[in-house]
Amino acid sequence: MSKKAVPTADQKDEAKTTCAAGQAAQAPINAQLTKEEKIELHRKMVRIRRFEERSLRSYQAKKIGGFLHLYIGQEAVAVGCCSLMGKNDHVITAYRDHGHAMAVGMDTKPLMAELYGKITGCSKGKGGSMHYFAPSLNYWGGHGIVGGQIPLGTGLAYALKFKKLKGAAMAFMGDGAVNQGAVHEAYNLAALWNLPVIFVIENNGYSMGTSQERSSAGPGLAQRAEAYGMNWGTCFGHDVYEVRATMDKFLTLAREKNQPAVVEIDTYRYRGHSVADPDKTYRTREEIEEYRRTKDPIQLFQQRLLDEGVLTEALAEQINTEAVAEADLAADFAEASPFPTPDDIQKDVYWEADNADKRTSKGRLFFD
Amino acid sequence: MSVLTYREAIRAALAEELTRDENVVLMGEEVAQFHGAYKVSEGLLEKFGPDRIVDTPISEAGFIGMGVGASMLGIRPVMELMFWSFYSVAFDQILNNAANVRYMSGGLINCPIVIRGPANGGTNVGATHSHTPENVLANHPGVKVIVPSTAADAKGLLKSAIRDNDPCFFLENTLLYGEKGEVSDDPELLIPLGLADVKRQGTDLTIVTYGRCVLHSLAAAEILEKEHDISVEIVDLRTIRPLDIDTVLASVKKTHRVLIVEEQKPFASVGSQIAYMIQREAFDELDGPIHRLATIDAPAIYSPPVEVEQLPNPQRVLKAALAAVA
Repeated sequence: MSKKAVPTADQKDEAKTTCAAGQAAQAPINAQLTKEEKIELHRKMVRIRRFEERSLRSYQAKKIGGFLHLYIGQEAVAVGCCSLMGKNDHVITAYRDHGHAMAVGMDTKPLMAELYGKITGCSKGKGGSMHYFAPSLNYWGGHGIVGGQIPLGTGLAYALKFKKLKGAAMAFMGDGAVNQGAVHEAYNLAALWNLPVIFVIENNGYSMGTSQERSSAGPGLAQRAEAYGMNWGTCFGHDVYEVRATMDKFLTLAREKNQPAVVEIDTYRYRGHSVADPDKTYRTREEIEEYRRTKDPIQLFQQRLLDEGVLTEALAEQINTEAVAEADLAADFAEASPFPTPDDIQKDVYWEADNADKRTSKGRLFFD
Repeated sequence: MSVLTYREAIRAALAEELTRDENVVLMGEEVAQFHGAYKVSEGLLEKFGPDRIVDTPISEAGFIGMGVGASMLGIRPVMELMFWSFYSVAFDQILNNAANVRYMSGGLINCPIVIRGPANGGTNVGATHSHTPENVLANHPGVKVIVPSTAADAKGLLKSAIRDNDPCFFLENTLLYGEKGEVSDDPELLIPLGLADVKRQGTDLTIVTYGRCVLHSLAAAEILEKEHDISVEIVDLRTIRPLDIDTVLASVKKTHRVLIVEEQKPFASVGSQIAYMIQREAFDELDGPIHRLATIDAPAIYSPPVEVEQLPNPQRVLKAALAAVA
């Protein structure tokens, strides 16, 4: 494996993770979950996976253009993190954003319609796969430039602190983003000013085709936080309980003490970087199969809930069937929806142009 | 009314808007304890405190991106670039995030930020500190670009920019900071963006210009009047985007001759766009080709007396105007 092994609990400072693998279920944040809440965590992960699979089929059928970065295999990270959101917590992420969008509660019909470039898309067909947004759900995108969203995440935290709101921002990035200068600048600002932001590194081992080992100097990605005097932690991201237990600790420190942190979550994607990635040269089939077999987040959690008696085989099957149906319905909705017209191209550019009755500027905003 | 310097006028605008709206925050390098690299923010820290006047580390990409993110949650940041030349360090944040988040979200977000600071040559600070990027900025739909030439314009326009709900980029000039002018004391006097101003009436030649070149053009116009009997009309654009092309065209219809004067490298400058629009929309009004005086096409030279010759200056404007009416 071309990723540095995530240190286990007994290999490193105890303070760095909340709990040893396997104990996460007992952490209060998880133990207090109701049966329905546990099923919902599972359901969300299944729904994400089925949506991603359906969108891949649509892409292959040429219904979707441009980029498609699938979240398959990483579901526990978005679901675990977003399940902890309070009313003043906010999320921003990069372009592998479908999981986060569904995890915060966006409806799959506008998500699929966005992929199809339809006017009924969540961004009116103007953003595409990398630009899902839902301000009303405290979800701020969906961003295309690697690392570019991280200063924005620091900004969300800045605003929360300025307004004296008790909340935290979770700013997600991949293992490839950690070397961008803007990320370091955002770390420094957050640490310098004690801003309540958790920088979450979804480490799936590869930036496109370049492994972490071939990209990043130093002993660990989250450990770079030490250079800025920031808290940091690591987490086995294939277990949604572990994600919750680890993130809960850091979110609490952020909300209550304005302490930022960097959390590196070990995860994996089964598909290529995007649909354009032939995924033939930088990793082995065996590696992917190993993850599917032993570390699949949906499989692991489903088994846990079956063992607990929270899920039955029948219910698990039903959840799956419903997820497939939901994704198909979303695709039908997308297919049937109209495209924007050329007249729509210049809308949503300027607030003033879209609110003409409140416009105070004069002159031409657009040119031809 | 008071007589204020351009610097004091900007400071007054900042103070008034900081007072008016508790969500306005001034942030940037040396804006607080140092009182501003060019003393624009002098006294503001004492008046508004460190939560409103914020010294940032040297991290343009970081703090401008941070401001964009904060503006999504209701903060109205006014971010100072010590030199607009440093915009290239934050290019992605300014022109991918600030300019585009509204569009990419289908209108769900708007980004009411202001980025302000000096954008000019003429101070012997060399090629990396002398950029005038108004053309580069204005090339991006979603942003507004303002370049005031006088103290009164600076105050009224900055107030409008701070209250504007779109990202506004406000380009000042270190060589204008000390220029005095009459400025209104009315805290509700705003100059709308996108409104040009005829700084001098004339009949023989229209000079379309903005920023410090307005002053050069006024100086040249005096000589043209007295020594050459040429009556020059000077249209100060004030805002590059949105653009008041109508005031320009009205002047062209009057004089039939155009000289664009801009402190810009020639290729794809602001004037290039203006020239296209004038000939497209008022071709039959022109008695000759549109002329343009720009910065001599090389990186900014250091050598002090030579840099004066690289930029537009009153002598060069005079020569260009004579050529334009010949």
